[in-house]
Amino acid sequence: MADQATFAEQAMEHMPSLYAAAMRMTRNRSDAEDLVQETYLKAYRAFGSFQEGTNLRAWLYRILTNTFINIYRAKKRRPEESDLDEVEDLYLYRRLGALEAAHAGRSAEDEVLDTFTEVEVKESIEALPAQFRMAVLLADVEGFQYKEIAEILDVPIGTVMSRLHRGRKALQKSLFEFGLQRRLVDHPVAQP
Amino acid sequence: MDHDEDLSRPPSVDVNCSEAVHVLYHFLDGELTPERKLLIEYHLDACYPCLEAFEFEVELRELIKQRCQEQVPDELRLRIKELLASEACTPGTKGGEGTFPPA
Repeated sequence: MADQATFAEQAMEHMPSLYAAAMRMTRNRSDAEDLVQETYLKAYRAFGSFQEGTNLRAWLYRILTNTFINIYRAKKRRPEESDLDEVEDLYLYRRLGALEAAHAGRSAEDEVLDTFTEVEVKESIEALPAQFRMAVLLADVEGFQYKEIAEILDVPIGTVMSRLHRGRKALQKSLFEFGLQRRLVDHPVAQP
Repeated sequence: MDHDEDLSRPPSVDVNCSEAVHVLYHFLDGELTPERKLLIEYHLDACYPCLEAFEFEVELRELIKQRCQEQVPDELRLRIKELLASEACTPGTKGGEGTFPPA
């Protein structure tokens, strides 16, 4: 049984990453702050049931995502499943290469990556349907394993893999559309 | 594409580009068995186009991670500390007799 007096020293260090996840989930600062606050309160109250030595970070994320789902999922939009299925492998890699080739001079695809702004990346993630967004956040931003994500979201591992696979593809499509928009404004492709 | 089912299929001796790309995410997520991981690594050693594509995906992941960092607002951190401190002092709460460590 974990001791609540030690909660602070163990749990507070995770606040930056919990807050970052809350920002992407709620898409606004005020709700993100409320979500994190609520998460810490719940975690503190439940800390007696936490098994010392087990995965505290995953436990906190479980509380965060459950709280988010309960409070903020008022609007339930169905993910656009047919759209997501059509995105091919290496979507962004192939297109960034082709895009650069259309302009004078060729830069490496990963140099192009560096030009993506914080706003573009955040908005691309926030544009994902909630289920895919959470899977991508947990895997790609927080580095959780499939098994941990399955425990956090309380879904089978197969579901995690499916949401990740489709969510990442949707993200690449989003990133490309943001990137393309900006580039067409900055460097219009010359018409033959 | 059914990625879930592919993981149980025995890998072919020489992995081709299509197969490598097919398990790209599982490879990058560290979720392949050691044997399959090794086969993909052998393929990447021998196939420059696939290596470039894989490295791009690694860079993309780094980008996403970096661009999504946030600074916790000071007033949020403070508010939470105070909230938990008042929880700790409430009589009758579980752990109510414990002290909440100061900042």
